[in-house]
Amino acid sequence: MALKEHKTPLLDELEKGEWPSFVTEIKNCASKNEMSNDLLGLLEKSYRERIGFWKHGGIVGVMGYGGGVIGRYTQLPEEYPNIEHFHTMRVNQPSGWLYTSDALRKLCDIWEKHGSGLTNMHGSTGDIVFLGCTTDDLEPTFADLTEAGFDLGGSGSDVRTPSCCIGPARCEWACYDTLAVTYDFTMHYQDELHRPAFPYKWKFKMSGCPNDCVASVARADISIIGTWQDDIRIDQDSVGEYSDNGLDILRDVIMNCPGKCMEWDGKTLEIDNKTCRHCMHCINAMPKALRPGTDTGAVVLIGSKAPIVEGAIISSVLVPFWKPEPPYDDLKDLMDEIIDLWCEEGKARERIGEFIQRVGMGNFLDAIGLEPEPAMVAYPRDNPYVFYEDAEEE
Amino acid sequence: MADTQKRITDIGPPDYKDFMSPAMKANYGKWKYHEIIRPGVMVHVSETGDKLFTVRAGGSRLMSIDKIRQFCDIADKFCDGYFRFTSRHNIEFMFTDESNIDPLIKAINDLGHPVGGTGNSISSIVHTQGWVHCHSAATDASGVVKAVMDDLIDHFKNMDLPGKLRIALACCLNMCGAVHCSDIAILGIHTKAPIVDNDTLPKMCEIPTVVASCPTAAIRPSTEDGKPGVEVIEENCMFCANCYTVCPSMPLNNADTDGISLWVGGKVSNARTEPTFSKLAVPFIPNNPPRWPEVTDTIRTMVEVWAQNARKFERMGEFIDRIGWPRFFEMTGIEFQKEHIDDFKYAGLSFKRSAHLSY
Repeated sequence: MALKEHKTPLLDELEKGEWPSFVTEIKNCASKNEMSNDLLGLLEKSYRERIGFWKHGGIVGVMGYGGGVIGRYTQLPEEYPNIEHFHTMRVNQPSGWLYTSDALRKLCDIWEKHGSGLTNMHGSTGDIVFLGCTTDDLEPTFADLTEAGFDLGGSGSDVRTPSCCIGPARCEWACYDTLAVTYDFTMHYQDELHRPAFPYKWKFKMSGCPNDCVASVARADISIIGTWQDDIRIDQDSVGEYSDNGLDILRDVIMNCPGKCMEWDGKTLEIDNKTCRHCMHCINAMPKALRPGTDTGAVVLIGSKAPIVEGAIISSVLVPFWKPEPPYDDLKDLMDEIIDLWCEEGKARERIGEFIQRVGMGNFLDAIGLEPEPAMVAYPRDNPYVFYEDAEEE
Repeated sequence: MADTQKRITDIGPPDYKDFMSPAMKANYGKWKYHEIIRPGVMVHVSETGDKLFTVRAGGSRLMSIDKIRQFCDIADKFCDGYFRFTSRHNIEFMFTDESNIDPLIKAINDLGHPVGGTGNSISSIVHTQGWVHCHSAATDASGVVKAVMDDLIDHFKNMDLPGKLRIALACCLNMCGAVHCSDIAILGIHTKAPIVDNDTLPKMCEIPTVVASCPTAAIRPSTEDGKPGVEVIEENCMFCANCYTVCPSMPLNNADTDGISLWVGGKVSNARTEPTFSKLAVPFIPNNPPRWPEVTDTIRTMVEVWAQNARKFERMGEFIDRIGWPRFFEMTGIEFQKEHIDDFKYAGLSFKRSAHLSY
């Protein structure tokens, strides 16, 4: 059957210019797939009328799972019948988004057989995203995926697919094994990832150093950011080479140090590691000369999220220094305490960061059995409205 | 039941160790340092002396399976089939033979993809679905990103900037991407209150849930002709669309009043300064597809003001922090308006509470 031809004068404009064009990608699929072809027509209409034409969600999925599929239906099924159903499937990516061509070709073949042929590599949370599947094709796609060794990711009020940076596979700054922790946590939380039972979403993101390449501090309920406790390793000869090659050590490195902990006399770089804030700037600026120490681990922070519902939050310190050692039971036990409390006391659509703001961080720490520490605050409170608790009678 | 028993579930993702190249496995955790040889090309050097080269290609996040297969072909030819994607939708090819660099770059360019995005450059834009696939989008995502990157591509291909610049786009306040901590955030916004459909609402939504969903208590229960529903107190609505997310009978998409806001100066990295939110630069720009020229022009202005005036390593937010917000608005020519002044929770914390002003 010949595909209906959709004229796309507005989208054609987005095939011009040097950046890779998503319109070319859609057209590639549209030339051989009727779902993608109708998507192309619908998108042109959106460009013409400056509005989207998708219905509000819908509950669909694969048997036994509550997450991993986002129901999507067009508002205009009569005009674009082939995208009456156009569901998204989230496929859990491997740690660090590492692939072999064989594995990706298998995914492409599965998606060619069952869906639109359009993907996102990757979605914002980290999953491989298959865009455009009919309800009837969900189960067969899932069967082929699991046969190929892949599984669905999270969606809705569950553990969302954890993601991490490249870590020790290719980065000298990885202060812990982000790939291993991510894989281990993903496997540990399979039930919670596939069967939503929480007040709202729960994200883990693992970054190997304070540069935070996966933006964990901004968008993970639990942000695990690598750091070290001992001294920065210095190769003084290399520092000299950077200086000889035009890096202004005083202006570009030392004056940018937030801990004001460095001295340079033109020959030797000295660091007062007691006031180093582990910001990474000097190491970023001179990667051949400086390295994180060897007593490495991670800061565990909690609570970040985008604005919906009560406003955006950046994660704050929960565990100032965690030494990750498989099977990571200490952190998993703490997560269990927090998740149990949140499931018991949290309101619908209340992220853990909002929950903590509502009940108070002090009360939250009490409830999960963590001692308050000065590293958890930027500064102590500056208002005297203290909820003193009754002193216990002797 | 036989079928049910055959189903494979809860196997999780494939083990990453099966996708690491021999060079990665041999040097796992032993990397010593790296250098950026030229834009888009890095070498990581191990304590063993081994070298691993990486070439980074810019990608569009929306990709066809044919394009993925073409990248697979390149990986087979130059990297024994091993490659990866980055957190910003880039594609990275890793290999040990330095002589592969030039032919690999040519193969990527021949496929229509640029090489770059390393060091002090603009990397690919993290973004959401937009009109391609989302019910609550206030703007398209892929189209705006394409227009902005077409305009800024020289800063992707060259490391000619004072520091890193990270742009992100979210097509509504739900922010499926971490746009709220970006050097420049492009955020789709609605500016009209939802239109309540009380005919369908009681059948599709729970009224207490809808009422509770509003962060500013702008929704209250109502009764119309004896039928239960809700009403919106419009002056209390700030168009976040949370009610629409929990209830399809509260749509607020509107071709004339949806558009884009621009935010600046956020970051997630801890380098030098702490992670921080982006701040409002432009409250509203109407949607102007297919290429959103007002958006691309304003972003270019902000990028060039920063590029020409920032000190080495200074990110957008650090630059503005040094010169002060009055000078930022003066230098960019962006008009400062009532909307720039916060009036949500803790708004007073953003007022200027000192005499530290530059004249």
